[in-house]
Amino acid sequence: MYVAVKGGERAIANAHKLLAERRRGKRSVAALGLEQIVEQLSLAVDRVMNEGSLYDRHLAALAIKQARGDLIEAIFLLRAYRTTLPKLGYSTPVKTENMLIERRISATYKDLPGGQILGPTFDYTHRLLDPALAGEEAVFSLEEGPISPNNFVRVSDILAQEGLIEEDGRLNGAKPNDITKEPLDFPMGRDTRLQALARGDEGFLLALGYSTQRGYARTHPFAGEIRIGEVEVEYFIPELGYVVIIGRIQITECQMVNQFSGSAKVPPQFTRGYGLVFGQSERKAMSVALCDRALRANELGEDIVAPAQDEEFVIAHSDNVQATGFVEHLKLPHYVDFQSELDLVRTMRRDFEKAKDAVRSTACGLHEKQEKQKTGEVSSER
Amino acid sequence: MNDEVGDGEVLASYNFAYLDEQTKRMIRRAILKAIAIPGYQVPFASREMPMPYGWGTGGVQVTAAIIGPEDTLKVIDQGADDTTNAVSIRAFFAKTARVKTTMQTGKATLIQTRHRIPEEALTNDQILVYQVPIPEPLRFLEPRETETRKMHGLEEYGLMHVKLYEDIAKNGHIATTYAYPVKVAGRYVMDPSPTPKFDNPKMNQCEALQLFGAGREKRIYAVPPYTNVVSLDFEDHPFEVTKFEEPCALCGSEGAYLDEVILDDKGHKMFVCSDTDYCEKQQRKKMQNLGEEAKQRAFS
Repeated sequence: MYVAVKGGERAIANAHKLLAERRRGKRSVAALGLEQIVEQLSLAVDRVMNEGSLYDRHLAALAIKQARGDLIEAIFLLRAYRTTLPKLGYSTPVKTENMLIERRISATYKDLPGGQILGPTFDYTHRLLDPALAGEEAVFSLEEGPISPNNFVRVSDILAQEGLIEEDGRLNGAKPNDITKEPLDFPMGRDTRLQALARGDEGFLLALGYSTQRGYARTHPFAGEIRIGEVEVEYFIPELGYVVIIGRIQITECQMVNQFSGSAKVPPQFTRGYGLVFGQSERKAMSVALCDRALRANELGEDIVAPAQDEEFVIAHSDNVQATGFVEHLKLPHYVDFQSELDLVRTMRRDFEKAKDAVRSTACGLHEKQEKQKTGEVSSER
Repeated sequence: MNDEVGDGEVLASYNFAYLDEQTKRMIRRAILKAIAIPGYQVPFASREMPMPYGWGTGGVQVTAAIIGPEDTLKVIDQGADDTTNAVSIRAFFAKTARVKTTMQTGKATLIQTRHRIPEEALTNDQILVYQVPIPEPLRFLEPRETETRKMHGLEEYGLMHVKLYEDIAKNGHIATTYAYPVKVAGRYVMDPSPTPKFDNPKMNQCEALQLFGAGREKRIYAVPPYTNVVSLDFEDHPFEVTKFEEPCALCGSEGAYLDEVILDDKGHKMFVCSDTDYCEKQQRKKMQNLGEEAKQRAFS
């Protein structure tokens, strides 16, 4: 008789067994190795590291494999692991001016010290499917040139020499806020905001950045510089009294240069939007930079007129692990609330019908009265 | 202190009840603050948990921070112990904290719940942990945190009263049936989480400590034992509890919250208790009474 949809432990266990089966797929096809994912799906790995806020290619690859290629699920797996790790300390700010450059372009200068270096980019490829990749690929090897010198001057520093662009913010020895250890608090500092943007959903930030280009809070951006390459991570060890290099990571840095005609608060100058992300994640870095600039509206005394400038709106909804969790929680049973709503709708419908009947009877009454007037009955009643 | 889970082979790298001790301490501080200011939403640095946001991460973090090896845990969702998410959360703590679990309200020291308060009155040696999706009762009237925080600070709840008044003006009654706002200890307006308003009176002067955890929204709040919890209303439109026209079809209880169960595709339905433990208890009682009656009849 009572066959409501309730799942027991066995149903869950069986569902998970089936999931494992589907994840593996046809047994006649070789299983994916983590090295294959790291090497051949490296941009997916980069995205998972970014939004998972953990720089570890192999763990990210494992997460991608376990999540069957669902990147948000993979990001979630990585985050849930990251949160259990001890947080030992903070590195000193990475010196991107000392980056070992693999790609570096500027859209604001035709040529500049160090030159434009295209690097491994999809830009200028023709997007034609390549059937040659469908089967076994022919092995070829590329003779790589010498590694470029690692002291390229940053475009923002070139502009700064003339005083045309705002300066880098000063750290003043202040400890950066840490969104993984402190609750978000609005309004927030730019350091906090940039952290939130760095782990924000690429698609969401891309759409918001795009919206600023289409007139919803225009920021007149130029891609001042995008650079991709490896930087050293340095850590100050108080017991030793000096800084040691603890590793090297690949990052993408984007400096947007935004024309700015000045406001009551700030004189006319170029302002900046900044994006820094793990791995080769150019689209993400650019989107972060556009959003960062749009979100500085209040600081620069601009009118807040569009979603991309609205800090609470952007930051509160940019985390895809939170977003997907809450959207998907609608799958959980809600029949207790729904029961209350059922009752309410039934009551309201009863009231609605009653009111309609009342209107109808009044209308009928009026109609009868009019008929009677026509036939003179009313006057005789008098 | 032995915080590591005993069996090194299975869970070598996770602490007792999953969270590390530093994090638990941070959550406990937030809980203490929440108890000191009843109904006030305390921000806390919510962690990622191995279950998705919106599926009880706030409640799970509160439970993980306060659970001890001696505790007996009950987990319910929609009032039932056997709904999928309740099963999953119970299994999580059985695995990571190795605590005893129970389905009986009376035997639990710690109850984590989603959307219901058990029918059986709670006692002062129990703690009820609520999973909360949106902790801010004013959120759907004012989407901005910066604004709602001010409103709470200034005890400026006019907007909520206007909303309830508009309900009455439009419908003749207050059209909020769950997550019905309450005022705690005469100060803060609080969201009781999406429990049906049927459960609101149980929060008032409740003997048990009530803790509320919202993971995604990073807030913890509390109602200490024996605290006044008043559902918002008007003198001429007093708060009313949902009433059911028929008793539970299984146990015959009146005055319990009922779920509507569709029996076939012709619209036949029955109403049964949403609190499964309560329902089973009542059914046992009914059977006993029937047995007693039969006995008495046989001997008389």
